[in-house]
Amino acid sequence: MPNDFELAVFSLLWSEHCGYKHSAPLLRRLPTAGERVLQGPGENAGVIDVGGGLAVAFKVESHNHPSAVEPFQGAATGVGGILRDIVAMGARPIALLDGLRFGQPDWHFKRAVAGIGHYGNCVGVPNVGGETVFDPAYAKNPLVNAMCVGLLPVERVLKAKATGTGNLLVLYGATTGRDGIGGASVLASQDLAGSDDKRPSVQIGDPFRGKALIEVSQELVESDLCLGLQDCGAAGLASSLAEMARGDAGVDLHLDRVPLRESNMEPWEIMISESQERMVAVVAPERLAEVREVCERWELPCTVIGEVANHGELRCYFGGEIVGQIPAELLTDECPRYELPQEERPTTNTAMEQVNAEPKTWIFQQYDQLVGSRTVRRPGLDGAVLRLDGTRGIAVSLDGPPVGERDPFRAGWSATMEAAMNVACAGGEPAALTDGLNYGNPERPEIAWEIARGIDGIAAAANELGIPVVSGNVSLYNETGGSPIPPTPFVGCVGLVPDVTRVPSRWRGGDTVLLLHGEGAELVRFVWQNAHRFSLAHDISKGSVELALHEAAEWSGIAGPTAAGANGPGVIVALAPADAASLDWPTITELGTV
Amino acid sequence: MSDAPKPAISVVVFPGSNDDRDTELSLNHLGADASRLWHGEERLPANTAAVVLPGGFSYGDYLRCGAIARFSPVMRDVVRFANEGGLVLGICNGFQILTEAGLLPGVLRQNSTLEFQCQDVSLVVERTDTAFTSRCEPGDRLSIPVKNGEGCWFADPELLAEAEAEGLIALRYAPGTNPNGAIADVAGVISAGGNVFGLMPHPEHAVDPVLGSTDGAKILGSLVDAARSAAFATA
Repeated sequence: MPNDFELAVFSLLWSEHCGYKHSAPLLRRLPTAGERVLQGPGENAGVIDVGGGLAVAFKVESHNHPSAVEPFQGAATGVGGILRDIVAMGARPIALLDGLRFGQPDWHFKRAVAGIGHYGNCVGVPNVGGETVFDPAYAKNPLVNAMCVGLLPVERVLKAKATGTGNLLVLYGATTGRDGIGGASVLASQDLAGSDDKRPSVQIGDPFRGKALIEVSQELVESDLCLGLQDCGAAGLASSLAEMARGDAGVDLHLDRVPLRESNMEPWEIMISESQERMVAVVAPERLAEVREVCERWELPCTVIGEVANHGELRCYFGGEIVGQIPAELLTDECPRYELPQEERPTTNTAMEQVNAEPKTWIFQQYDQLVGSRTVRRPGLDGAVLRLDGTRGIAVSLDGPPVGERDPFRAGWSATMEAAMNVACAGGEPAALTDGLNYGNPERPEIAWEIARGIDGIAAAANELGIPVVSGNVSLYNETGGSPIPPTPFVGCVGLVPDVTRVPSRWRGGDTVLLLHGEGAELVRFVWQNAHRFSLAHDISKGSVELALHEAAEWSGIAGPTAAGANGPGVIVALAPADAASLDWPTITELGTV
Repeated sequence: MSDAPKPAISVVVFPGSNDDRDTELSLNHLGADASRLWHGEERLPANTAAVVLPGGFSYGDYLRCGAIARFSPVMRDVVRFANEGGLVLGICNGFQILTEAGLLPGVLRQNSTLEFQCQDVSLVVERTDTAFTSRCEPGDRLSIPVKNGEGCWFADPELLAEAEAEGLIALRYAPGTNPNGAIADVAGVISAGGNVFGLMPHPEHAVDPVLGSTDGAKILGSLVDAARSAAFATA
């Protein structure tokens, strides 16, 4: 019989948020292999080889429920959490993007934006894109998904795995308190009825320490001082150490050594606290002094809390007594998985709220877009472009389904295609994807059907594009009072840019503006292959050619043609008149001249 | 230019500095020998020709911006260096630290929008006879980004009148474009001695044409020129 301590650990790690108990079987439908893939799903983030000895780590993660309860800290700690996932791979974060769905641009929304800025600006990672959609269907269950992109040398890709019996587990970063206890189960894996009572389950972010944590982690990996890294996110030490202990390793953990910020904490509280800005490193005993020196310089507490063992268990001690003893496999690979009964239901799309046509400049102006000196193409239109080295770069995007799309397959397919198209419009060749799946209560057959259809849609689009999904996150139970959110997968895309000096940016006076009709992988391919000829490319994501032209004109700072009778789907491109004649796409409408 | 000697410039890294690498990169691109210096050092390197306090969120800006960083160990030597006529530039958070340290007049308050603002701004160069603006022409308009939550420079009427009379307001937001409510559109202030300069816009983000405007090179390039003269005048 498990004791109370062990039950507390199980309750967290067998939650949907940590264990993917409802979604794991369905996620196997996604293509995850590719020649660039250095790390696919299952670690803290996916990693792809972008050539020249460089790799890019990236992942999207949700922080919906905390943001619904307390938007500022909920959104802020969402940013902090995804940053640490990237850092745990041994990468330096170079960009953030966020996918936001709210009922309307009200106080709640503005506080979430302020929270994202509060964290991202302070840690010094530029926020370069994403998307915001307002739809009354999200009024009670707003969505905050954050994506982070990091850069690392290909040979450095770290795994969150404890290795080498006798190596030390070093906890560094913030102290541990009672904040966020049960966040993964109380908030993230239930609906939000009576959510005011759940406010204490939201963590409080400390971006100043988050910044120090990034710098310390970078120094540890650059100087080869650690053998593995793991962040403490949902379910705190319980989750990070269960991940580390899996396989035949095992971990001995001394909870009474964890530095606390509150008195009289019980062992189980220390074990599952979600206090932010903490990480665990696996360190060989002979390197410990150097690790301490780095932490001291950045004024971060650093404590040896355990050792790597070879018994395959997560063994927890307090005051010399064993308080919990769990085979690590039970907490991770053997988490029960459920095949959910599914039931198809008819769906009806809704009209776009007019507020979505209004400029979003005021949102991303609140984010530092420039720190790091990589931002070649800033946020505001489709994807952003970041320089890697010399003239090489990457294009990045994060997109959800079209506004008002309620069909789950189309939602998944369209979000994926739009993410890839936004990368193509920024001059990038789509290389890999990350997906953040946001749905209602999966125990309801119609929601289970939505999840399955959504994953099928993403898989179909990824297969058409010929690129893998290398990381992702699942957020379920997004419903209040029996009313679920619409199916909302966010898909992030990273693409390769051979020459950042030749990416489409703004149309110029005299350019011809064309509408390339169509959608799907063929058009994505055509756009990135011809991107060097375009002064501007912009997809018609919201359905209206008029709106797309208006957005392009605002972005370019120069008026262009207005559409007369032309309809999407498609992409508008601007280019020199001489180039326009030779553009070889089956269906083209000439919209006019800038 | 490439044969010109490279003056040593120290870019101080406080806990929470964010633009230290960007600043180092830009200065080196403009012909300096810039390197980052940890705030815990007691002394500037002996060959230091100029000091830059970069942008960021020193100590998280959890207290008043710059109020903690001014007590960093290295700041004692930075103040000595400035008092002896050494060139000191503060960008954004660095500007805030310089006002907290008493090396520049005025204070920086929360933006009048109450929001963080990241955007390119148009700046009017009021003085071209300083170590930080010598590469500018009179009447120059510069496009350089700002990115801050507390960039609203403020002085009481008496101090403002004094600063105006002494010509300390070296840089202003172009009329009608002030992004943060700064009094008299002040974007940058120079010390009476002419060797300490603080500005809210980020010239280090406007040096490389691939990343946008190159107008920031006029500010940082002026500093490199002046630092070179200071370092090698007697050599």
